[in-house]
Amino acid sequence: MAYFTEENLRRAHEIIDSYPRAKSALIPLLHLAQEQNGWITNEAMTHIAELTDVTSAEVLGTGSFYEMFKFHPVGKYLINVCTNISCQLLGGEELLHHAEAALGITDGETTEDGLFTLEDVECIAACTEAPCFTVNYRYFHRADENIFDEVVAELRSGRSPLDKGKQGDSGDIPSHGTLSRIQQHIPIDRKAGITPPEDSKTAPVWMEKNTEEAKS
Amino acid sequence: MNNSAPAFAAGYINNDGPKLITERFQFEDSFTLERFLNTGGYNGLRKALEKKPSEVHDEVREAVLLGRGGAGFPAGVKWGFCPEGVWPRYLVVNGDESEPGTYKDRLLMERDPHQLIEGCLIACYALGLSQCFLYVRGEMALAQERIANALNEAYEAGYVGRNILGQDFSVDIVLHWGAGAYIVGEETALIESLEGNRGMPRLKPPYFPAAIGLYGQPTIVNNVETLSNIPWIIDNGASAYKEMGSETSPGTRLFAISGHVNRPGVYEVEQGVTTFRDLFYGENFCQGIRNGKELKMFIPGGGSAPWFFEEHLDLPLEARPIGDAGSMLGSGAIVVMDETTDAVKACLRVVRFFARESCGKCSPCREGTTWEEKILRRIYEGDGRPSDIELLLDIGDNISPGPYPVAAFSEQDLEAVPFPPRQTTICPLGPSSVAPITSAIRRFRTEFETLITQRDSIPVSAAPIEVEQ
Ligand SMILES: Cc1cc2nc3c(=O)[nH]c(=O)nc-3n(C[C@H](O)[C@H](O)[C@H](O)COP(=O)(O)O)c2cc1C
Ligand code: SF4
Ligand code: FES
Repeated sequence: MAYFTEENLRRAHEIIDSYPRAKSALIPLLHLAQEQNGWITNEAMTHIAELTDVTSAEVLGTGSFYEMFKFHPVGKYLINVCTNISCQLLGGEELLHHAEAALGITDGETTEDGLFTLEDVECIAACTEAPCFTVNYRYFHRADENIFDEVVAELRSGRSPLDKGKQGDSGDIPSHGTLSRIQQHIPIDRKAGITPPEDSKTAPVWMEKNTEEAKS
Repeated sequence: MNNSAPAFAAGYINNDGPKLITERFQFEDSFTLERFLNTGGYNGLRKALEKKPSEVHDEVREAVLLGRGGAGFPAGVKWGFCPEGVWPRYLVVNGDESEPGTYKDRLLMERDPHQLIEGCLIACYALGLSQCFLYVRGEMALAQERIANALNEAYEAGYVGRNILGQDFSVDIVLHWGAGAYIVGEETALIESLEGNRGMPRLKPPYFPAAIGLYGQPTIVNNVETLSNIPWIIDNGASAYKEMGSETSPGTRLFAISGHVNRPGVYEVEQGVTTFRDLFYGENFCQGIRNGKELKMFIPGGGSAPWFFEEHLDLPLEARPIGDAGSMLGSGAIVVMDETTDAVKACLRVVRFFARESCGKCSPCREGTTWEEKILRRIYEGDGRPSDIELLLDIGDNISPGPYPVAAFSEQDLEAVPFPPRQTTICPLGPSSVAPITSAIRRFRTEFETLITQRDSIPVSAAPIEVEQ
């Protein structure tokens, strides 16, 4: 059953073609499904299973291991507040409590208008810039209650708050599901060639240089 | 001197020391091919291609480049573990950075993706690796964008892909990204994840995926920072590299210093010659503890590392002496805590992390970390039992038998137990959860005891529930 749009199906095939084995594409394809719909539906998993030649149970088996995959609808903006040690020391928990009060939801919940989902998360690799939070995985460093409120207000009014992130990121924040706004694309004439391991059992050509006579 | 972090390289602070991998961070457009080429980019690759692959490998071995992902294993030696004559071989780049306190690989990927790509290419050339997978942590959207863009530029310009620089050298580099799971940073779990499976570590042996890795083939797994050093080493030579740092830990390292210091940040630091005291109090570094407070404790190498205290401030930033002193430099993540920090709370927070992130494959870790968190929580919330301290230590002993690595504590005449720990588990995540517990109990036992005895003074929670007739 087709789940992916025509354009996403093309991207799905390009992704699969960049791995020696199709199953390796599972996580990127689950991301693609999440990008299309904001969360991962059963139809998406069935289609991914067909594309990668595994069962849909295997797709769920893999997908359910990873926190970023949501198997139920979430808000347009996923707000993750870090409360791990470096952030905790500088007010991460207080920031989380403020976020809960400001949005009227707790960890894992979504606002009634479907705009925001809030999560209390582990270290997101911004520890020197504590406390910090992300919106759809875009960073807001050295945050405080004011910055949080401003970011939420901007998002509510449809403006991009990325200039408040102190990270050098810019542009719009896409809806939940889209991570990178840029895709890798390997031009066909530049591709070295990706084959299953059983089809490339010989040493790469440049390794022959090791046995060549030393250049005089 | 550049005193504050530039807005475009958040957290990075230039400290006037040698800059092997952060030189380009001063430029706002450091991540573009144009800037990269204008600042010596791909020179290392050019030089490498003039040599035999084995000579490039020798140069890296000679440089004693220690892995920056946590274990600190020499890259050149690991590269030598690929079995002869088994093809194809793969390179997997570990960009899953998620150890609590660690922030440097994200910076390297966002700020200088071409440097990393160049390092990957040189490794592929040296070892005959036919494809490279750049595994970036799922939560790092900007890093994924910068790498995707850099790869697109590099493919177009002939630096990656078929016949690189017009030579008989062809390698595809594929950007892969995760989906949120700390354990995937463990290299065999990383490979499982890349194969499309749940990210659970594999049973050892084999100890290194260089023997059996991705799709059962020889696979080199290296950290982002490790590979980012390769271009400099090949461009300038191993002997120039070894002129910096100490004999057993040459070169520089990135350290992320977070917590209660005046100027937290990511610093490129010469190894061996700098001490923790220099880092925390130095003018070029963190400029002291915040609000003039005293230091209470610090984590020297990420959430998995046993804690250090005042008396460890003069240790040099170098793997060996720190291991002997009972901890590790790990992923270069230093978390500074001042006297106002609640040791039980800090301990609980780090343990909660491991309990949440345990993959569940082996029971000492799955059950043990869950109970550690529960018990610590009840102690912290004032519901602890007198037997809880011993119970915590006992659970730790099931995960990591024998004396757990801890730092010395001269006031109690306690000596250090050197790192690394023993383990009953498949991977070191389980033992990592024991680190904060043994550290906190050994040093701040009275804080635990006070919380526990307070419980007895709260009759309400202690009284049996009266059932109405
Ligand atoms: C639980 C656990 C988590 C790890 N997380 C990471 C990580 O996020 N990034 C990383 O480079 N290495 C991580 N490692 C270390 C890797 O297993 C591996 O040693 C490293 O990537 C090898 O690269 P290096 O030799 O260049 O350091 C982790 C190890 C364990 C046990
Ligand atoms: S120690 Fe923990 S994380 Fe590691 S394999 Fe066992 S259960 Fe999984
Ligand atoms: S502890 Fe919050 S980002 Fe690392």
